[in-house]
Amino acid sequence: MSEKKPERREFLFTASYAVGAVGVGAVVWPLVDQMNPDASVKALASTEVDVSSIQTGKAITVLWRGKPVFIKRRTQEEIAEAKAVKMEDLKDPEKDEDRAKDPEWLVMIGVCTHLGCVPLNDKGDYNGWFCPCHGSHYDTSGRIRKGPAPLNMEVPKYKFINSNTIKIG
Amino acid sequence: MKKIFKISYLIILLLAGIYQANASEKVELLKTDWSFKGLFGKFDRGSLQRGYQVYTEVCSSCHSMKYVSYRNLFEPGGPEFTEDQAKAIAASFEVTDGPNEDGEMFIRPAKLSDKFVMPFANIKAAQAANGGAYPPDMSVLAKARSGGVDYIYSVLLGYEDPPNGITLEDGVYYNKYMYGNNIKMSEPLSDGLVEYSDGTIASKEQMAKDVTTFLMWAAEPHLEARHKMGFKAILYLIILTILVYFSMKKIWSRIESEV
Amino acid sequence: MSDHEYVPKSKFGKWFNDRLPLLSLASHLTDYPTPKNLNYWWTFGGILTFCLITQIVTGLTLAMHYIAHADLAFESVEHIMRDVNYGWLIRYIHANGASMFFLAVYIHIFRSLFYGSYKSPREIIWIIGIMIYLLMMAAAFMGYVLPWGQMSFWGATVITNLFSAIPLVGEGIVNWLWGGYSVDNPTLTRFFTLHYLIPFLILGLVVLHIWALHIPGNNNPIGIDIKKPSKDTVPFHPYIVIKDGFALLMFIIIFAFFVFYSPNILGHADNYIEANPMVTPAHIVPEWYLLPFYAILRSVPDKLMGVIAMLSAILILAALPWLDTSKIRSAVFRPLYKQFYWILVADVLILGYVGAMPAEGLYLLIARVATAYYFIHFLMILPILGFKEKTIPLPLSITEPVLGGFPNSAIAKKKESLN
Repeated sequence: MSEKKPERREFLFTASYAVGAVGVGAVVWPLVDQMNPDASVKALASTEVDVSSIQTGKAITVLWRGKPVFIKRRTQEEIAEAKAVKMEDLKDPEKDEDRAKDPEWLVMIGVCTHLGCVPLNDKGDYNGWFCPCHGSHYDTSGRIRKGPAPLNMEVPKYKFINSNTIKIG
Repeated sequence: MKKIFKISYLIILLLAGIYQANASEKVELLKTDWSFKGLFGKFDRGSLQRGYQVYTEVCSSCHSMKYVSYRNLFEPGGPEFTEDQAKAIAASFEVTDGPNEDGEMFIRPAKLSDKFVMPFANIKAAQAANGGAYPPDMSVLAKARSGGVDYIYSVLLGYEDPPNGITLEDGVYYNKYMYGNNIKMSEPLSDGLVEYSDGTIASKEQMAKDVTTFLMWAAEPHLEARHKMGFKAILYLIILTILVYFSMKKIWSRIESEV
Repeated sequence: MSDHEYVPKSKFGKWFNDRLPLLSLASHLTDYPTPKNLNYWWTFGGILTFCLITQIVTGLTLAMHYIAHADLAFESVEHIMRDVNYGWLIRYIHANGASMFFLAVYIHIFRSLFYGSYKSPREIIWIIGIMIYLLMMAAAFMGYVLPWGQMSFWGATVITNLFSAIPLVGEGIVNWLWGGYSVDNPTLTRFFTLHYLIPFLILGLVVLHIWALHIPGNNNPIGIDIKKPSKDTVPFHPYIVIKDGFALLMFIIIFAFFVFYSPNILGHADNYIEANPMVTPAHIVPEWYLLPFYAILRSVPDKLMGVIAMLSAILILAALPWLDTSKIRSAVFRPLYKQFYWILVADVLILGYVGAMPAEGLYLLIARVATAYYFIHFLMILPILGFKEKTIPLPLSITEPVLGGFPNSAIAKKKESLN
C-alpha cells in the first residue's frame, strides 16, 4: 500500500460525508421553515386603516397581527400636555415627538406593558389611558406615569400612505 | 438477468394498463404545446395574464376560484402583475366583512390578502342560477380532471352538433370530448370574445390555451419552483450517488474475495 | 445477545452505559455480522426504515397545518399547498412517500418469498412483518381519507360498509366506526387520530422485527445457515451501511422524480374534487397499492365471502412458514418453486390491473381466475411442492462455491448471478 492510496481513499470518504451533509441541511431547512409565518399570515402582517372619519379627540381600536392598536386624533390640549412633561418625571423617558411624528396622530399597540391587559381610553389620572388590571396610568402620549407597568405603550412601525390612510406594519 | 427482463416487461404492461385507464375513455384529446410541461417547464407570463383576463371576463361570472388570493397575481411564479396592478384588480371586487362596531356586516373593496370573490354565495345558489348544474370551482380544476389541461382545452374547443339520432334536452349541449358528451354549459368561447390588452389576436384556440394555462397556474402556483428545485435535487442526488458508489467499491475491496 | 462485552472508551461513557446500555447497543449494531453475499434485494429493509421516518417527519409537519374537520379539511390542504412555506413540497413528499413505502414493502416481501426468509427459525420475524403490513394498509387507507376529496369520502364509504357484511352485528359495527349514519365529520376526526397513532405502533413493531432478526441473523441468497461471525460475514458497519446507503440514494432519485415532476400521477384526479355525499364518482378505486386486494374483494359475488376472501388473502401469508413444506430455503436451489414464484408475481400484478378496471365482463373473469390461482398457490402448490420437488444440492458455505471446491459450485454461482 503506497502512501497515495490511503490519501485518495480518505478524500473520497470526506467528500461523500461533506456532500451528504449539504443534503441533510437542505432537507432540514424546509421542515424548520414551514413553522415560520406562512404567506397568508404575512399578507396580513400590515394593515391599512382609513382614518378620515376619526374626529379630533376621538380614538379607534383596530386589530393588527392579533393585537389591538389605538389610533387617537389628539386635541391641541392633549398635544401640549404631552410635550410639557419633563423627562425626569417619566419612568420610561421618551419625548412626545419621538412617539408621534405628526403630533395630531398617536398610534400605539394597546397592550399594557405590565402583564398585557388592554388599557381603557379617557381614563386615569393623566388624561390618557388607565389599565384596570393592576392600576397603570398612561398620559396623553401613552407613556407610563403611575402604576406597575415598566414601559410606555409600544409604538409600531406605521406611516401615512396618503392623507386618509395609515399603513401599520 | 432473465428475471429482470421478465419483471420489467410485466411492469411496463402494468404501467401501460394504468396509463390507459387514466387516459380519456374513447376519444383522443386535442393537443397543443404547453410551456409548463416537461422537466424545465415554465409558465408564459403573457399567456397567464391573458388567461386571467379570459377567466375574469368570461368564466368568473359563474365559476369561483376560491382558493386563489389576489396577492397571488403579483407573486413570483404566476402572472406577475405588478403589486399596484394586483391591488387595483383586487379593489375592483367587493367583499363582505364585519361585524363592525354596530354589529353589522359591511361591504368593502377587496384587498391583496383576500381570496378571489365568489360569484355565488354558496353551491346551492350557483346551482339555482345555472339550471341545477354547479359550475365547478376552478382553483384546482386542472388537477381534478383526468386528462388535465389537455382535457379542459379539448372541452373548450369541442362543442359541435350532436351526431344523428341523438337529441338533447333543453339547456344541454353536445361536446365531443366531455366525459358523457353532455354538458350544461353553452359554448363559452368564440373568436374575438375578449380584446387582449397586449394585442394578441383572441381566436378561440388562443383564448382556450391562455385560460387553460391560467388554470394550470391556479392549480399549481408553485410549479416553477418545484421544477427548479427538482433539477437541483436530482443533480445533487446523482453526484452524491456517484461518490457513495465509489466509496462502496473502495470499502468492499478490503475483503479478499467477494461472492 | 452480545458476543463480547463492549467497554466504552470514556469514563462518562462507561458510567452512562452501566445505567442504560445504549453504547453497547450501538456497538452491537455496528459489529453485527451480516452475510457478505447479500444482494440488492436485501437493501429494502433499510429503505423501509427511511420511508417510515420520512412519513413520520413529513406527517408531523403537515399536522401542524392540517385541520381535521369536514368543512375545513380540503381547504386546509390547499392552504398547505399554497401558503405554508414549502408546504407543497412536504405534502407531495408525504403523498408520494406512501406509494414509495408500499413499493419498497412489496419488493421486501417478494424477496422473502423468493429466498425463503420466512422459514424456520424466522417465522416470528415474518409474522411481525405481516402485522406491520396490515398496519401500513390501515394507516394508508385512513390517511387517504384526510384530504376529504371525492375518493377520500367514497373510498371510506365503500370500505367501511364492508363491515356490514358481518352477520348480526355488522350494521352496528359500521355505525360505531362511522360515529354516525354515514361517513362524516366524526369519521374524519377519528381517522386523523388513528392515522397519527399507527406509524408509532409500526415503529414499535419494527424494533421487534429487527430484534427478532438479530437472533438468528440475516438470511442470504443461497439460503444456507452460516456461523456468525465468520469468513462468511462482514460487520454491518461500514460494509452494509454503505451498500444500503447507495441503494437508498437510487431509491430517493426515483422518489424525487415523482415528487418534483409527476407528483399526481399515482393519485386520482377525483380527489381534487371536494367530497360530495350526493354524487358518487364513476369509478371508485383505491390507491394502486391496495388494488390486488380490491380485485379479490370484488371477484366474489357474495359481500361477506368477498370480505373473507380479501382478509384471507393477507392472513394466509401468516401461515406461509407452515404451508411451504420444503426444507430448502432459497429458490436458487428450487427450480420448480422458482417457476411458480414468477407465476405468483404475474398473478399479483394481474390482480392489481383488474382491480383498477370495472368489475365486469372479461376483467371480472380474469379477477376470479387470478384470485383462485392465488389461493391455489399457497394452499395447494406450496405444500405439495415441498415434498415432490427435486432440489439442487446446497453449497456448504458462502465462500465455498467461489473457491470451486464444490461439485455444483459452478451451477450455484451462475444461478446466483442471475439474481
